[in-house]
Amino acid sequence: MATTAEGFDAPTAGHGGDHSHDDHGDHMPGFFARWFMSTNHKDIGTLYLIFAIIAGIIGGAISGIMRLELAEPGIQYLFQFAGAAEGDIAAAGHMWNVFITAHGLIMVFFMVMPAMIGGFGNWFVPLMIGAPDMAFPRMNNISFWLTVVGFLSLLFSMFVPGSANGLGAGVGWTVYAPLSTTYAPGPSVDFAIFSLHLAGAGSILGATNFITTIFNMRAPGMTLHKMPLFVWSVLVTAFLLLLALPVLAAAITMLLTDRNFGTTFFDPAGGGDPVLYQHLFWFFGHPEVYIMILPGFGMISQIVATFSRKPVFGYLGMAYAMVAIGVVGFIVWAHHMYTVGLDVNTKMYFTAATMVIAVPTGVKIFSWIATMWGGSIEFKSPMVWALGFIFLFTVGGVTGVVLANGGIDDNLHDTYYVVAHFHYVLSMGAVFSLFAGFYYWFPKMSGRMHSEFLSHLHFWVFFIGVNVIFFPQHFLGMNGMPRRYPDYPEAFAYWNQISSIGYAIMAFSMLIFFVNLAYAYLAGRKAENNPWGEGATTLEWTLTSPPPFHQFETLPVIEDHHDYHDHRPASA
Amino acid sequence: MTTATFDSDTSRKNTQTGALAILGALAMLGLGYASVPLYDLFCRVTGFGGTTQVASEADANRAAALAPMRDISIRFDASIARDVPWDFRPSQPTDTVRIGQRDIATYVARNNSNEPITGTATFNVEPAQAGIYFNKIQCFCFTEQTLAPGQEVNMPVLYYVDPAILDDDVIGDIEQITLSYTFHRVKEPVSSALDRSQ
Repeated sequence: MATTAEGFDAPTAGHGGDHSHDDHGDHMPGFFARWFMSTNHKDIGTLYLIFAIIAGIIGGAISGIMRLELAEPGIQYLFQFAGAAEGDIAAAGHMWNVFITAHGLIMVFFMVMPAMIGGFGNWFVPLMIGAPDMAFPRMNNISFWLTVVGFLSLLFSMFVPGSANGLGAGVGWTVYAPLSTTYAPGPSVDFAIFSLHLAGAGSILGATNFITTIFNMRAPGMTLHKMPLFVWSVLVTAFLLLLALPVLAAAITMLLTDRNFGTTFFDPAGGGDPVLYQHLFWFFGHPEVYIMILPGFGMISQIVATFSRKPVFGYLGMAYAMVAIGVVGFIVWAHHMYTVGLDVNTKMYFTAATMVIAVPTGVKIFSWIATMWGGSIEFKSPMVWALGFIFLFTVGGVTGVVLANGGIDDNLHDTYYVVAHFHYVLSMGAVFSLFAGFYYWFPKMSGRMHSEFLSHLHFWVFFIGVNVIFFPQHFLGMNGMPRRYPDYPEAFAYWNQISSIGYAIMAFSMLIFFVNLAYAYLAGRKAENNPWGEGATTLEWTLTSPPPFHQFETLPVIEDHHDYHDHRPASA
Repeated sequence: MTTATFDSDTSRKNTQTGALAILGALAMLGLGYASVPLYDLFCRVTGFGGTTQVASEADANRAAALAPMRDISIRFDASIARDVPWDFRPSQPTDTVRIGQRDIATYVARNNSNEPITGTATFNVEPAQAGIYFNKIQCFCFTEQTLAPGQEVNMPVLYYVDPAILDDDVIGDIEQITLSYTFHRVKEPVSSALDRSQ
């Protein structure tokens, strides 16, 4: 039912955002107040994106060190990094563990999550549902700064004593006991755990904010079933965050008290069980991987529809597939721990439940393809990244179905096959969707057009680079190369070298990305309100580029003769 | 042009929804902690992960009455945590017992250090599904064991295998169950650790 909000003036012809230029609309605070005390969802989104890019550079540089070390057999660089004597294998190994830990934690908690949820979520959820801002703008600010302080705590942890073998937390992103308790006595692990507490608290507050915003702040007529799929994806993600992160908080708090206050939650000597930590971690950890990819699903849905100039195929199926993925994601966690001694019945259950997730995921993949089918497809920069996403995410999904089998996983557990699998779904799935979303919304956020040529070049070089990095790792894993070691026998040298060459290609593509950004700000054309044409039907395209500092002071009304494929106000 | 149309009603609803969401998060935090006793209970009740069961004399007598004419081999496994300076071994590596009949097995532990050490044993059986059928009537693992310097003791475990195992679809036909113990040094209470550090 199209209820016109009280005091609402029917939208004038043209763009819903035009009224932003009236008297009290655009007062902006000074620089410090605007960026350090921000309560504006677009500014906070921008801060999150800048933060994620910085964290991504650091996390990516650490993986560069890793690929450099792995380029040939033997240990070449770790002794210097550890500041240890040549030949001090224990120190080199610890340094390696510190690098893989930092890479994992940074990329998960401080790159993908802030970019997807904090960045694009903050920017576009309010715009897409026709809200003036988030429900709790000040809490939004707290969420961001908690994340920043968490990141600093993690970086700090790399420079304080970890274990007997050197500085830093060398415990893996999973922080398993007893490695993180008995065998890492230094304060470094405490700082790493504290970092997760802070980032987790920030994310829980952010999730609360998104849930409240999406439930209560939708413009009149924007029913749940008319919301753009990106908003649906953030809603489901927020619920996953809200239910999963507190379990991680509980688990790492128990770790903290085991380490410092004599409790024995995970210590068999006091009646505890280290496997319980793994259960708790993965009860959080598996939903976490969907937290990292669901907003990407949402973005890909918007982009594929926009550049096929068709409404997305099977809107309700797409929305509820995400809900189903979220729900089932909570009951498959033990497929990460098939080798802890689960009995065969338990393995059968977790194998079957895991494979069930392929069904809603398949619904999404096929719906994207069906959206393109018969569409008037334009291969603009966001679209090529979206297509790359669909292709590469499917590859990662297929190896995921392989690994879901408890029997096969006994053989592949903790090998490079697993590394290849989760990088296909994350560093290609999540990251491709991030770049797709970035190129899609960059003109809206900045008011400038990026170079289509450089974006396409970035895409192709990045595409080749990441595939050269990670495809050979399937071979290494199938041949038994274990993950988390800085050295390997000669037999694995060939594909490791190729993988490291892939890193160099990928790193070069990131230069293209930054050149493209510089080009856009220095010489880019001014972006129109809607640079993508009639396929872009969501509300953000009715506003100016960049949008006014405050938007939708008069709420747009989505009338009910609109189907859920077109989100613009009737008269727009 | 009018002012924003979100009014105090929206603000009240936001507070409600936000509070509910935070409540949900707190509930999950509580559930995280509740999982510690729940996991323990779950393992003890279901025999998950090869957790053995505790049986009374009466249970044992009932099982003995049902004992079928089937033997099963029990293999005994012993290990120690790396900070326990003990020798710990079963007095015999395997034993063949009648299913349902009680049997006594003995482990031998010796303290090689020159200080008294209190240990506690963790235990399970392999295959893990046999845990629910493996009943202990008495076991040295039920209590903490203190060994004086150089002391050697025999540690008995009185157990039987529940005849119901023969009806199990998955492991009804197994021929051997491995009973395993690992001795850990009992954690000193926090207070005494603090005392020592002062």
